[in-house]
Amino acid sequence: MAKQLIDQFAATLPADKRASVYQSTKSTHEKRTKMLFDQFAEPNRLRALAGEIKQHVLEHLDTLLPAVEAKLQANGARVHWAATAEAACTAVLRIMQARGATKMVKAKTMVSEEIALAPFLEKHGIEALETDLGEFIVQIDHDHPSHIVRPIIHKNRREIATSFERHGLGAYNDDPQTITRRARQFLRQKYLQADVGLTGANFVSAESGRIVLVTNEGNSRFSLAAPPCHIVLVGIEKLVPRDRDLGLLLNLLARSATAQQLTVYTEFISGPKSAAQPDGPEEMHVIFVDNGRTEVLASECREILRCIRCGACMNVCPVYRQVSGHAYRSVYPGPVGAVLSPLLAGKKFPELADLPKASSLCGACHEVCPVNIPIPDLLLRLRDKAKREGARRAAAGTPPMGAWALLASQPAAWKAALFGSKIINYLPTKLLPVPPLRAWEDTRALPEMRGGEFRKWMKGRKKS
Amino acid sequence: MSSDRDTILARVHGALAPLAERAPLPEWDLELVHMRTIQPATDLWALFAERLKLVNGTPLSAVADLVALLEQGRWRRGYCDPALWPQFKDAFPAIFTVETAFDRTRVDDYDFGITAATGAIAETGTLVLTDQGTSSRLAALAPWVHVAVLRREQIHADISAALAVMPADPNIVWVTGPSKTADVEGILIEGVHGPGVQVALLV
Ligand code: SF4
Repeated sequence: MAKQLIDQFAATLPADKRASVYQSTKSTHEKRTKMLFDQFAEPNRLRALAGEIKQHVLEHLDTLLPAVEAKLQANGARVHWAATAEAACTAVLRIMQARGATKMVKAKTMVSEEIALAPFLEKHGIEALETDLGEFIVQIDHDHPSHIVRPIIHKNRREIATSFERHGLGAYNDDPQTITRRARQFLRQKYLQADVGLTGANFVSAESGRIVLVTNEGNSRFSLAAPPCHIVLVGIEKLVPRDRDLGLLLNLLARSATAQQLTVYTEFISGPKSAAQPDGPEEMHVIFVDNGRTEVLASECREILRCIRCGACMNVCPVYRQVSGHAYRSVYPGPVGAVLSPLLAGKKFPELADLPKASSLCGACHEVCPVNIPIPDLLLRLRDKAKREGARRAAAGTPPMGAWALLASQPAAWKAALFGSKIINYLPTKLLPVPPLRAWEDTRALPEMRGGEFRKWMKGRKKS
Repeated sequence: MSSDRDTILARVHGALAPLAERAPLPEWDLELVHMRTIQPATDLWALFAERLKLVNGTPLSAVADLVALLEQGRWRRGYCDPALWPQFKDAFPAIFTVETAFDRTRVDDYDFGITAATGAIAETGTLVLTDQGTSSRLAALAPWVHVAVLRREQIHADISAALAVMPADPNIVWVTGPSKTADVEGILIEGVHGPGVQVALLV
């Protein structure tokens, strides 16, 4: 019987990569938790509220989208709409062609990854350069980000130094400070030569039309200081109702993503530069992208659209920590990706239908999510959908559960079975001639069977 | 493109139509996001300075201190907002070369940039820069040292207070410390694309 693809990938992941992904996700998660609970009296109340605010947005997109469009236009931005990935890429290309532009600097945006913008533009003779350090390294390596906040969490400094050397950015040097300085020197010339700066948006305030962008490196500031044109690519779900709600969301985002009280640069952009300002864009375009989001909105999993892309769910996830981001075969990895990626795949859902099974349903992702998305519930709904639609990938490696179901639903039979169950500890289960069981055990270790200990313990508790 | 607009809005309507009721917008108390580790301060500059240091920023309250810092770092060539330069120029000895127009063809010739802040947030050690208040976006960003000039009455207590009085400005930037990254093996490096030294100068 075939193994789950994610298990196959995990089996090929070198041990040092696994260890470093594990270490860095774990430490970010721990810092995040300490910060939230030290600094706020009721961090879980904040998460619940932020979830309610974003849910409100989703369920009022019909009125909020036209409202924000009008605001943006009044602020001097041009608004475009793109129903599909192709339409979004084409919209960017048209804006560039109309200006005779051939060079773009890009700040980090997950939507641009999702619609594969850079390769598309390159095919049309446009240089689209990533400026976030991690994304830049991903780009020169022809690789993919493996984490939505830390794109190169899967790379070590030696690999990066080798890539820099290959790309003509100086002789091999794996000191992180030197790597950063070299990128600084190389990229600042690129900002100054660029015709267009492209960014995403973390939030868009429906009340004021402000586009909110957070970065630590300052690359998005540079993309808005040097080039004469600014393009914003944004998913239709990124709205927030009022400016004051940003007070809640920014506090949660910075702590959840990188354990900071506030990201270094929080930009509020509402239009082209003012007349007296010598630097920055004289033209601003905002492209609202659907690309499957309205289908998610219509589905039983619409809560996933609350996501503010903080990465906390992947940092805490025991599966992500073991398999790393590329195992999810999609732009969005980890728990959020296990829900969002198959949904955004639309007709190709069956190809990613196995992802919702890549979870122990431990619930840690729900507990950390700053917008309180019940990810485990959504995973279950998607498992159900995969079963209903007969997605073969989802079933790979799952042992037939019929006998188990029979036992588990009949208390008497269950008790009888427990009686002799300890024998399993003495059986060489790996050698049992049951292929599904063997495939399953290849990547998992069974805990010791304690045959009814728990029941005894429960009974004891009731008496006392 | 207008057809994509219609398509998207029609799909949104279609998706929301079956909902029996829609999630209301919760009202929430700004008190909830106040950091309990921070005592209400009477001297907002003192609190701001303390919080700025926590994010590796440099609060200074005298022009002489700024000159000393620049001399020590051997940062001698820079830019200053032409509106601010008259009040500072006597404090700068002749070894400094300061221009009041930023030439983008020589970005690396400037070690420091001095521009005006429009506000600050004490709770987080954040400087507020605006497009209309900043004489040159590049001068506030490209040099290794950025000096934001701040007045005491411009300091807000916290994020919510700053959000409540956001000016009508096309590009407001909240700056909380020097530019940084942890992309390479999670190691913190300051001065990526923006300033490696972020100064707030109180005047
Ligand atoms: S699902 Fe929640 S925890 Fe995961 S990235 Fe999105 S907002 Fe963060």
